[in-house]
Amino acid sequence: MNDAPAAPLLAVDGLQAWYGESHILHGVTFEVLSGEVVTLLGRNGAGKTTTLKSIMGIVGQRRGSVRFAGAELIGRTSDQIARAGIAFCPEERGIFSSLNVEENLLLPPQVRPGGLDLERIFALFPNLKERLSSQGTKLSGGEQQMLAIGRILRTGARLLLLDEPTEGLAPVIIQQIGHTIRTLKGQGFTILLVEQNFRFAATVADRYYIMEHGRVVERFANSELNANVGKLHEYLGV
Amino acid sequence: MERVVDPLAAGARPRLVSSEAIAFAVMLGVLVIAPVVAYPVFLMKALCFALFACAFNLLIGYVGLLSFGHALFFGWAGYVGAHLAKVGKVSLPFWFGGWKWFVIPLPPLSPELAILGGALAAAVLGLIAGAVAIRRQGIYFAMITLALAQMMFFFAVQAPFTGGEDGIQAVPRGQLFGLLDLGNQMTIYYFVLAVFVACFLLIYRIIHSPFGEVLKAIRENEARAISLGYKTDRYKLVAFVLSATLAGVAGATKAIVFQLASLTDVHWTMSGEVVLMTLVGGLGTVFGPVAGAFVVVAMESYLAQWGQWITVIQGVIFVACVLLFRRGIVGEIANALRVRL
Amino acid sequence: MFSIFDIPSQALFGQLLIGLINGSFYALLSLGLAVIFGMLNIINFTHGAQYMMGAFVAYLLLQLAGLNYWAALVVTPIAVGVTGVVIERLFLQRLYQLDHLYGLLLTFGLALIIQGVFRNYYGSSGLPYQVPPLLQGGRNLGFMFLPNYRAWVIVFSAVVCLGTWFVIERTRLGAYLRAATENPTLVRAFGINVPRMITLTYGFGVGLAALAGVMAAPIYNVSPLMGQDIIIVVFAVVVIGGMGSIMGAIVTGFALGVIEGLTKVFFPEASNTVIFVIMAIVLLIRPAGLFGRSA
Repeated sequence: MNDAPAAPLLAVDGLQAWYGESHILHGVTFEVLSGEVVTLLGRNGAGKTTTLKSIMGIVGQRRGSVRFAGAELIGRTSDQIARAGIAFCPEERGIFSSLNVEENLLLPPQVRPGGLDLERIFALFPNLKERLSSQGTKLSGGEQQMLAIGRILRTGARLLLLDEPTEGLAPVIIQQIGHTIRTLKGQGFTILLVEQNFRFAATVADRYYIMEHGRVVERFANSELNANVGKLHEYLGV
Repeated sequence: MERVVDPLAAGARPRLVSSEAIAFAVMLGVLVIAPVVAYPVFLMKALCFALFACAFNLLIGYVGLLSFGHALFFGWAGYVGAHLAKVGKVSLPFWFGGWKWFVIPLPPLSPELAILGGALAAAVLGLIAGAVAIRRQGIYFAMITLALAQMMFFFAVQAPFTGGEDGIQAVPRGQLFGLLDLGNQMTIYYFVLAVFVACFLLIYRIIHSPFGEVLKAIRENEARAISLGYKTDRYKLVAFVLSATLAGVAGATKAIVFQLASLTDVHWTMSGEVVLMTLVGGLGTVFGPVAGAFVVVAMESYLAQWGQWITVIQGVIFVACVLLFRRGIVGEIANALRVRL
Repeated sequence: MFSIFDIPSQALFGQLLIGLINGSFYALLSLGLAVIFGMLNIINFTHGAQYMMGAFVAYLLLQLAGLNYWAALVVTPIAVGVTGVVIERLFLQRLYQLDHLYGLLLTFGLALIIQGVFRNYYGSSGLPYQVPPLLQGGRNLGFMFLPNYRAWVIVFSAVVCLGTWFVIERTRLGAYLRAATENPTLVRAFGINVPRMITLTYGFGVGLAALAGVMAAPIYNVSPLMGQDIIIVVFAVVVIGGMGSIMGAIVTGFALGVIEGLTKVFFPEASNTVIFVIMAIVLLIRPAGLFGRSA
């Protein structure tokens, strides 16, 4: 255990973002250390998804700073950002209907060494192995989510951006995803998670940031969760 | 397609007399005295094409449908109008235990009736073509209209009454209402101008009517218009038929004025020309098609000696307009002055 | 020699052969259009001019460099494909944010330019291009005479079409293409250079058109006008087939060529227009096209 503070793997500073004319992010600042699971919490429309998309470079316009392993990502295209070692699992999952499950799984290219091989992915998601030749979108919601997560594990990306992975899924599947995230963390992945379901987030996260109106308004560690339940109710309205 | 930003929304001062009224007055004034300084033949050609372009623009500018086959209506109305003015007798084929002919024994008609006949033919063609083409939108619509026009081109090549490669020649200009001899250059010029102005005002009226508002709503967001309860297909078809009919008026008038109806007017290059004119002048503006028609007709007269290079130049203008100059002449002026034109 | 419906077998199968030939070109061209439309969402009006360019490049390679048909088959699609890459980089890239109709207008303008330039230098009459010596002559099958070159065109077109289908539907590269057609943003976020893929796809589609042009050169004379009339028919083919499916474009192309050929035998006056009539009928019954996904 080092005494000196480790440089964050991901450092977002004053990030602003626009979709066309709409100014969505008004200066988002947070960081993610290597090996952590960090969750962005917040209501619908708070800007969580936009934050992930801004990191990935698929939003209209960005300003500010996003540093990954020390390198500045603002100004780079999304394929360059992916090749730097970040992988994105979108909210809508993005399973391609014109590809079968196997093709979907193998689509994202290896951007660095160190990704999981197919064996280990099937160990995490045994269902996928049985459905390899099915058309991608014929899978159930839970299976599609597993496919969406599974395919980015092969790439060798160190930082995984997961956008609401449990949305609309049955409790059994949600548990499986929680187990998956904990396993991945154990294998050295760093995960930035966007969630509205903070009870799920509590089972996996090390730290939390709460977003509202395109800004980060609160931050606390997992150990401080109980002390901050009141704030959660206030900002998430649950 | 790109539209001129609504100047009133952008904070332009509302005026007592609308910019469009001023522009119309200017246009009318110029056209009334124009024969003094320009050749009436050139002016009449430009006016016919201006009307053609305005009719085309009704569809693309206000409904958002790009028709790449408008020569169908322009050319065929020309054939029908020319035939009515020169021969009169109408023979319609029909099937009843073998092909038979239903003959309407008309004498050669006076020009205004011939033009009306041409317009009617265009309306019927518009109804049939529209019923087929409206089934798809956007790019498909453009391709379908192109294909339908090409089909009718081949028909024009083969049909007996069109005269094939020669076309219908020596079409008499006749006597307007049986009284005014249109052989006189000035008389026929003011006749053409009157036809143009009447149709132009009609188009203006259509655009600014409740019907026109629905069309614009369809162009903005058809799904939303449907959800509001509008039967959008019907509106689109009516607009299509109106556009076809007015293109037919232009085509029939041109056939009478130039005393010729030929294959050129039904060829797909003619469809491309009207697109070019409207693009150059300004899609979706009221006066754009007029300006574009005059510019293109003038350019072609000036460059006539260069033969095939005209095609190349037209292509260059297309490319330049799409890349750099999407608002067109009138669109740019309207944008600069922050008025509606 | 025998007759069907009073039509001698020679005439019937002769027209059928011509129909298959035309169908080969329809299939190749509508395949190229479909591939380009899938990735770029642009209708490549320039396709006809690029087909014509293919024929001309083959002609010029022979005249100026002494390169024969077989060399032309390889060199021409690459050469014309490169011009396609240039067009995509210089012009089409700027249009992706705009309404798709601007793509049609721009490629229309480019078609006018290309055709006009060639017409200026070569007039409108056709230039001859000899059938390559290896494929000259033919064989008598009893019910008809089958020229070797015609047989080659049909077989090779089918091979190219099926090969393209295979690459797109069954290979890893094709998976990238299909995925990028569906959701280019996400594919790019996986680290794939989608803009480059788009450029190369356009180049490939153009290359297909040029390949068709090379094969057409010995059959139809090489003329600046050869592209303009065939492209409109190919548009109709594409509307009939629907753009969603690669195999649909291929099958529709061949089938319509055959139908056109048969129409020429039994109902000659309608042969020019039968494809358009079929298009109108298909639109009334099944607007998405025979193989298309619903609009």
